This record gives sequence, structure tokens and C-alpha cells, in this order.
Amino acid sequence: MASVPRLCLLLSIIPTILILCADFACCNTGRKTGDGLDTDFSGFSVPLEHSFEVDDVSRFRMRGALQLRGGRETSVSLSQSQLSEEDRNTLKEVAAVDGLYKIRVPRVSLTDRQTERQMDGYLTAFVRACSLVESHLSDVITLHTDVSGYLIGVSIVTIPGACRGTEVEDEVDLEAFNTTLTIIPPTNAPQPETALFIERMDIEHEKRGKPQEQKSFFAKYWYLILGGAIFLMASSSAQPSAGGAEEQQS
Amino acid sequence: MAKLTSLFVILLSFFCISEAVFEDQVGKFDWRQQYVGKTLFAHFESNTQSSKKMFVATDKNIFASFNSRTGDLLWRHVDKTGPEGSIDILLLHGQDALMVVGDGRLLRSWDTNIGGLNWEAVLDTGSFQAACFVAIQDTVKLVAVLKKAAISLHYLSNGHQKWVENLPDSDAVQYQAVYSGGEEEVYVLGVVPNSHLTIIAYSLEDGEIIKSVEASWLSSIESSCVVVGQGVLMCVDPATLALYTLPIQAEETPEFSQILLQSLDLEVFPGFQPVLVSSQPHPARSPLSEFFLQLGPDHHVLLQLNADGYTIAPLRDFQPAFLVSFATTGKKTVAAVMTPKNETACAINLFSVDSGRRLLDTTVLFPLEPNGGKPHTLYVHAFLKKDDSVGYRVLVQTQDHALTFIQQPGRVVWTREEALADVVTMEMVDLPLTGTQAELEGEFGKKADGLFPMVLKRLSSQVTLLQAWLAHLWKLFYEARKPRSQVKNEVTIETLSRDEFNLQKMMVMVTASGKVRREGVTASGKVRREGLFGIDSKSGSILWKHYLENVQPNAAFKLIVQRTTAHFPHPPQCTLLIKDKDTGLATLHVFNPIFGRKSHIALPALPRPILQSLLLPVIDQDYAKVLLLVDDQYKVTAFPSTKNVLQQLQEMASSIFFYLIRSDQGNLSGFRLRKDLSTERIWEVVLPTEVQKIVAVKGKRPNEHVHSQGRVMGDRSVLYKYLNPNLLAVVTESTDTHPERAFVGVFLVDGVTGRIIHEAVQRKARGPVHFVHSENWVVYEYWNTKSRRNEFSVLELFEGTELYNSTVFSSLDRPHLPQVLQQTYIFPSPITTMEATLTEKGITSRHLLVGLPSGAILSLPKMFLDPRRPEVVTEHSREENLIPYAPEMPIRTEWFINYNQTVARVKGIYTAPSGLESTCLVVAYGLDIYQTRVYPSKQFDVLKDDYDYVLISSVLFALFFATMISKRLAQVKLLNRAWR
Repeated sequence: MASVPRLCLLLSIIPTILILCADFACCNTGRKTGDGLDTDFSGFSVPLEHSFEVDDVSRFRMRGALQLRGGRETSVSLSQSQLSEEDRNTLKEVAAVDGLYKIRVPRVSLTDRQTERQMDGYLTAFVRACSLVESHLSDVITLHTDVSGYLIGVSIVTIPGACRGTEVEDEVDLEAFNTTLTIIPPTNAPQPETALFIERMDIEHEKRGKPQEQKSFFAKYWYLILGGAIFLMASSSAQPSAGGAEEQQS
Repeated sequence: MAKLTSLFVILLSFFCISEAVFEDQVGKFDWRQQYVGKTLFAHFESNTQSSKKMFVATDKNIFASFNSRTGDLLWRHVDKTGPEGSIDILLLHGQDALMVVGDGRLLRSWDTNIGGLNWEAVLDTGSFQAACFVAIQDTVKLVAVLKKAAISLHYLSNGHQKWVENLPDSDAVQYQAVYSGGEEEVYVLGVVPNSHLTIIAYSLEDGEIIKSVEASWLSSIESSCVVVGQGVLMCVDPATLALYTLPIQAEETPEFSQILLQSLDLEVFPGFQPVLVSSQPHPARSPLSEFFLQLGPDHHVLLQLNADGYTIAPLRDFQPAFLVSFATTGKKTVAAVMTPKNETACAINLFSVDSGRRLLDTTVLFPLEPNGGKPHTLYVHAFLKKDDSVGYRVLVQTQDHALTFIQQPGRVVWTREEALADVVTMEMVDLPLTGTQAELEGEFGKKADGLFPMVLKRLSSQVTLLQAWLAHLWKLFYEARKPRSQVKNEVTIETLSRDEFNLQKMMVMVTASGKVRREGVTASGKVRREGLFGIDSKSGSILWKHYLENVQPNAAFKLIVQRTTAHFPHPPQCTLLIKDKDTGLATLHVFNPIFGRKSHIALPALPRPILQSLLLPVIDQDYAKVLLLVDDQYKVTAFPSTKNVLQQLQEMASSIFFYLIRSDQGNLSGFRLRKDLSTERIWEVVLPTEVQKIVAVKGKRPNEHVHSQGRVMGDRSVLYKYLNPNLLAVVTESTDTHPERAFVGVFLVDGVTGRIIHEAVQRKARGPVHFVHSENWVVYEYWNTKSRRNEFSVLELFEGTELYNSTVFSSLDRPHLPQVLQQTYIFPSPITTMEATLTEKGITSRHLLVGLPSGAILSLPKMFLDPRRPEVVTEHSREENLIPYAPEMPIRTEWFINYNQTVARVKGIYTAPSGLESTCLVVAYGLDIYQTRVYPSKQFDVLKDDYDYVLISSVLFALFFATMISKRLAQVKLLNRAWR
């Protein structure tokens, strides 16, 4: 009996915590994480481009290649090269004028097996260049897909995210990206928990003890009816005599 | 036994803790105004002086009856919206009102006394063309309904069909009119364009075709034809500028006879299509032989068809004359003609139809409002006075859908602003301070210039305050001698001032006329009257109205409050952005929301379509907030665009972000402002339109305050809310509508960075989705296609037990995604609209105001929509006051804030904070307008009406004296002890 509420408690936690990132693939070396079972959905690669310019006009260059793998278990990995000396200097300059560091990926579908996976257009996101510099190029890139496996959005944040104006002296810190890459499919919103609720009600009902047997109306209230009947009889037998007495008086 | 039951009742009453209004509070803080929409047909009950009823059928599919003495609704029938319930025609005869509904779908008869339905008959399919009463032997017994291909006759008493006949050759002939002049026949008139006219006479008895004649027809277009006199068809042809007459009842093939307008010395206004107006006072008799011919926008002629049926005699020429109308009482028929008098008024006169002579003492003045619409239609109620002269009352419908009822000698009895049946958007604006209050405010606003002048200034303002107080006292004293009924709280623009708790505000409503030919928009200001005495009947009176002309029919509106009343002496300023949906071109209308006057401010030129408008928190030197308008080339226009503003914008440019949503492409993109007021695209999210389409996007309300940063949990730790002011809730619906595969998507996107904070998919769901986005939660309602029910879902976002940056929120610096909790509930009713309550400081708990199709407005505590409601009650959840989870959301009748004052076809709910933290002002609008106050956490900051001041102060004084006395006694006692 005691184990049941605990089970219920456990079950109650599951629907409430919804932030379930489906798959994590943390990489900066190009290591693939998908298992080789889904041979149908062989991975394919799309370019990840970035742009950081002092004059804030976007000029996207190659940053790395995203290795996407669709199918039942979507996974993603990233292989990217180091920043060149020139790029590092530009990035620092952009950070100094509070410019933006933008990335973009082409719109693709992860599940569409046709040759044309790619649609026109890009998904773009940005982060302040200073925060990228101050975080020593540690960024978190998240790809969002919709229900049918299209990439719909990309986001980039750095950890830490603030710009405090600290100078990054060491050039080595700005050489390689330390990227955490995630792909998040949509979460399923919960349905009303009717089954659990009924189950719980049943348990509570049981806990309270066996429900009383369904007695008939007369079986339940025989004493009330009997009492009422006796009362009525008593009053009716008393009344005529009283009335009679009055009549006699008049 | 009786004792037992009474005990039981008492016990029961303990369990039902009521949140609803008490009986004595009904109408104290709330009011409702009922509207009907634009009048299409109007009839007066009977032609006696004492009759009070009039009947209207409107474009909102409403059949209603007014009391013509007061303008109040006697009864109202609201039919289905859309073409299914549209009223094709309204005919009135005696106690019966006949109505054809839904393009000839139904024929209904109403009892005009009580508004009950006599009968309803389903008609055969076919689009409706015309209907008329048919009389047999001088009594009206039948109604004829003409459809595209058939004519049917119905009994007036029970709606049964007498006969139905298919019209011959209905593919080629366009049957357009039906006429009955009281004989044994009913005539159907049809036209074959460019060819000929067909007249079919049906026998009333069995629907046999008595005769079918074809008459030659001259013109190509079907121009306006009426029947006048003894069954003579009168047509006017603008091409040949001639009148044509044709006797319908002629035995042989009749011929049109032509009468050139020139021969009558009449001239048509160039480019104007002449219109004929005739009158058939009684269906059992033939129409009048007199008729009006309109020759120009303000030129009418009264003509008479002579007895020979071929010649026409002009009776009187009316120029200028806006509107004409016939009215009949008894045997007398008169013509009412409206002529312009001067700038501010029109005159209406009666003329004898027979002679065209003006009747004496019949002039009535119709006041023209400078910002109102022009007169549109005239409905005349004529009656015989005791001295056998003709008296009349007149109902004037103006272009802004207002109905004005005027009585002789020119008194406006009532006015109904029917445009308010179609409110598009609204705002509530604080009322200005009174002069004295403003004086005080001004004192603090001014620069200090030395001690002595300051003292003087203070003294002078104190004197003015004293003066005002004395004047108020004098007024009170003066009015106390009058009987109470005479003391009126006249609401005028002059007396408008903010009350103590800012409970009275100015409602600025934008209305749009729906499917009307001459489109108009009215921004009418209405004041809320907070009756501090509970006797105020003038609540909701209209203080000003402004009629905007030349607005495109499908324009979108956005009402923006640029400057509130808080910046004395600068007047408050509202801006109405009117955007044409087709071209995207926008115009601005800037006005003072208190007086309704148009502000004379230089408006920016907007030559390009506007994509987005955003109100910045930046203010110019005159305290007006800056409105940014983004055009289709992503260039930004600022309004007002003074030097000061442009300078501020340049300084702030890098921190001004905005987003654009193109739902047709599924594209959401973000932009940043550059210093030169150009923009750069910085993020882009694309939802493929093949999968889902964006149906709605909502941000948070800018004037929303959140008092508590987190929620204290059972174990005394704090769960911090994720309060992102830039968060957008984007709701999508799947393009696949199959019940198994349909879904509703909810995306939470940061409007600055474009980051998708959360993406949830509600499977097997379909719209329409109604949702509210506020604080750290989103509540949405959808239709579950699998279980076939409405469901509510709530999403709440929490940062966790630690706050990332507790001092300031920046979208650019929040790397961690929030925790998202979600729960779903069954809601036992469909809903039409939803809004959340709003209070001054956000301390009061929130309620959701849900408009139900029944017209009730449900105040649903947000507590019931909490994703942390536990499945199993624990110690912690009990400590937190969480309600255990139940899949079904209750609807308790005491949660209906509008008790029995249902709001028909509620379209939107507007909430505004008041000066009292506990009180939220609510306006629900749709067909009706309902205003009330709600107290989500009860009136915790207000003393009750029956608060016992006497008791509390007497106790206070008693205690005070008791302390004094006991202190004295103690002193004496101490002294005595010391002496001892």
C-alpha cells in the first residue's frame, strides 16, 4: 500500500519536467556520435558560416561543417578549424566597437530523403563579439527542428554571457572554439492526465476503506421511515380526539 | 422536520462561499450598453401618436425593437453571424413582422408586441430576390417570396405554403421584383438584359399563370424601376435621360411609352444615376401615383403620374435636398424632405403629396455635428394629431451609423451610436487632474527660484485650494436643499477630472463599420463614471466622437498612447495608426484622447508601406513617447521626429532591436537600429509554411508589473521566475488538418536575439487558439481533435532556484535556458476571447478573464492554471497552497463577473489597472459593451462600506483615556508608597 503513493509521486514528476534535450553531442574535433544502425539516414554535412566585421556589414565565411544525421535519433556534430591570426585580430576589433558576431546555417531538412534537402535561405543568429572574446570562444550553439525535421532556428550564446570589458591577453585563448552543440526537437505538450487522476481517485477511494454496499433505499432508511410513520400515526390518533373534545365543548 | 431542513440549508450556505456580486452591488460599479449595428430596415409600429415601438433589422443579423421615447432596447434577437443569419428583408404588417433570413433560407414571423417567434418556415433553395405582402379582398393574408427560380406564397397566420411555382425560363430571365396591388393576381417582373422584360401574372388561388407578356426593353442595364399608381411600371433610364411607363396589367403586349426628362424641364446631374422612390402605403391598395425622382446628390423632384398613365406632372422641385421619404397616416400621405439649413443643422419639412405644398409648422431641425457623419437615411413616423393635422417624428441614420430620433419641434429625443457595436480596439487613458491639482503639480515641476518666492507660491496655491474647497462646500450646501432627483451628476468635458483612486478613466474606442458601402471609422470617446453614490445613471455616456472619412474598408488599426495625462501642461496625445491591408500604406491620426480634438502636429510623410510600428520608452522634450515606423525597405521613421529625438535615437541605436513577422512566409526576423536610422538584420527563424503557419504572435504588455521575482516553495527555497520582457509567444497551426496529424505549435522566442526559448507541440489539436502571454507564463486554449473537447494548457518558465543576474534582465546575457513546466486541463466550454487581469503594481494575484460564447465572462483564477499543481498532495505542496491536480477545470457560476448582463458576441476584453492595487478595470466589447471592476484578491486595500468607524475610534479613545488614567493612578500609588 505504501509503495503506491511513491509511484504516483514519481509519475507526477515526469510530466512536469519538460525540458528534455533529446541528444547532446559535445564536440570540437569532428567526432561523430551517431550509431551506425540507421544506415538509411546517412549523415550529411552543411556549412556553418560566421561573420564579424567592424562596419557591421555581413560577410559570411566558413567556420566549420555541421555533420547532421537524421532519422529516428537525430544527432549533430561539428568540425571546425581554428581562427586565423587575421580573424582573431578582427574579432578583437569588433569586440572593441561592440559589434556582433553572427553565424548562419542553411535551412535543411533532416528527414527528407530526397536529394533536395536544402531550401533557399539561411537561419541566422548572433552574439555580441565582446562576450565571445571574453568567454574565450566558449559558445553554445543550439539547433531547433520542427515536428517534421526541418531546421527552423539556430541560436548561439556564450558562457559566461556578459561583457565586462576584461582584456583577453592570451592569444591562445582565441584560437580554437570550445563549442557545445545541441539539437532540440519540439517537446510534446502534455495531454490532460485523466488516467492518472482516475487511478489516484481509485486508490484514495480504496484507502478510505471498502465502499459501503449499495443498500436499497428502504434498507438504508427503514428506521427513519418507521419513526416517521409512528410519529404520523401518533399525531393523527391524537388529533381527532382533540378536535372531538373541542366540538363537544362548543 | 422543518427545523432539520433549515439547519441543512444553513449548513449548505456555509459551504458555498460566494465570490459573486451582491444584489445591492448590481449596476453600482458596472454598466452595459447594448447595440444592434447598422440599421438596414426600420419600421414604426403603428401610425398613432402614442405608439412607442419601432423595429430595426441590422447588418449584424439582429432584429430588435426600440422604445422610441427613450431609445432603449425592448427586445433583441441575435442571429448567427455571417451570411447564414443575414436579414434579407423585413416587412411589417400589423402585429406581424416578416423576415427572410440567410439569403432566402428561412421565412420567419415575429410577434411585434413581445418579440416572440410566431412561426418559422424553411424555404426552398435559391437566392432571395424580393418579397411583398399579398392581400385578398382588402385583408393581408399572404406573403410572396420571390427567389431566383421560384415564387412561393405563404400564409401570414401560420407560415404554411399556399403554393410554389417554378418561374419559366429562369436561366435567361433575371427575376427581380414582385408586385401585388390588391387584386387577385401577383406579378413577377423579370428582365433579360439587352433584350426584353417579362411580366408574369400568377393567380392567387392556385398559382396558375394567367398571362405572360414580354415587353420591349430599351436599355441594357437594369435600372431602377418602381411601380406607381394603378400598376404602372415606372423606369428611369440614364442613357436616354427619359422616364418610361408601362402598364403591368395590360391585356395585350404593352409598350413602353417614353417621356423625356427634358420635356419636364429636368436635368440630371452629370455622372449621376437617377433614382426613383415610390410608396405603397397599404399592400391591399395600389401604390401612390406620386413619386420622387432623384436627379443629383442633393436634387430631388416630386412628380405625379396622371390618371391616363402616360403623362407626368412635376409637383415640386427640391434643390438642395439630401434625403426624401414618404410617410402615410390614415388617408394622408406626406413627403419628408431634408434640406441643408446652415453649417450646423439640417431642416426637415413635410410636404403634402397631392399638391406638393409645404405643411405649416412642420419644420424640424437636425443638428449636424462637426465631426460626425452626414445623414444617410430618413425614416419618418407620421401620425394624425387630435386636430387632424399631420404630426411626425423622424429617425435619421447618419453615415457613422448613429441613429437620431427627433420630435417636433426639433428636439433630439435620443441618439444611439450604433458604430459601437463594432469596436476594433480600445485604450483607457487617465483623466486629467483638476485645475487645483494641476496647480500643485506645476509648483513642484517648476524650477526653484529662492526661498521667498517659493513660500509665496506655496501660500498662493494653498489659497486656491481653500477656495476650491469652499466652493465645493457651497455647492454641497446648495444642492442639499434640492430634492435628490434633481441633483444630476452632469458629465461634461469641463468637469472631467481624475478621482481619488483613478477609477474613472477615459475609454478611447476605435470602431469600424463592417460590410458597408460607405466605410467609416469612428473614434468615439466614452467616459466611465464611477458612481461614488451609486445613483449614477449616466455611466458610459459618450463625451466626444470623431468621424474619420476616407478610410479603406479593410484597414487595420493600432491605437497608441504617446503621452499620458501625467505631463501637465502638455495635453495627452493618442495616435491612431490606420494601415491599409492591401497596400500597406499607413496614415496617422493624432488626437487628444480627453477632448477628441485632432492635434495639429506635423505628421511624418509615409510614402512606403509600413511593416511594423513600435513605441519606444524614449521621450522627447515634450514628454511624448517616440513611435518608430518601419517601412518595407527597413527604413525607420520616427514620430515625433524632432532634433532631440533623433539625437537620442542615435545614442541608443545599438540597443534598439525589433522583430518582423511575415506569417505568409513563416519568417521571423530581428533587426537592430543603426545610427543613421537604417537597420540591419541580425537573426532569422523560418518556420516552413508547408508544415505549419503562424496564426498569432503576442508579446507582453508594456505596462505590466511583476511584483515578486519568484515563488517560495514548501521547503522555503525560492523558485525564480523567468521574466523576459522581450519574450514572444508564437502560435502556429499545422497545415495538415487531419484530426490525427493536426497540431498546434507554441514557440517562445526571444524578440531580441531570436533564440527559441521553448518549442512545444500540442498533438491532435486544432485552432482557433486563444492565448494570453504574461509574466512568466503562457496560457493557451485549443480544440482537441481526438477527444473532441476544448483544452487549456499552461506553460510556466522558471530560472531555477538561483537567479543568473538579479539586478537587470538582458536578453543578450542569459545563456541558460529556463525550466519549462506545463500542464493541460479540460475546459468544459468553448471560448471566444481571453485576457488576464492587470493591476498597478502586480501584487494582486492574477485572474484570467474568459469570454464564453454564451456571453458570460468568466474570471478564472490563475491558481487553477498552475503547472505545479501536484498529482499527489504532499506536505510541501500543501504549504505552498497548491491545488491538487484535477484534469477538468471547473466553471463556477459565481465566477461570472457579469452575472446576468451577458455580452453578446464578445470579441475582446480590455483590462487596465486602477489606482487601487486590488482593483482592475475590465471592459468587454463585442456587440455590447460591458464595463466593470474586478478584485482578483478581494478588496484588501479598501475598507468595507459598513466599516464601523465609531466603534474603532471609541475603542481607541477609551484605551487612550484608560492609559492616561491608569498612568495617573500608578503615579499616585507610587507616590503614596514612597511616602510610606
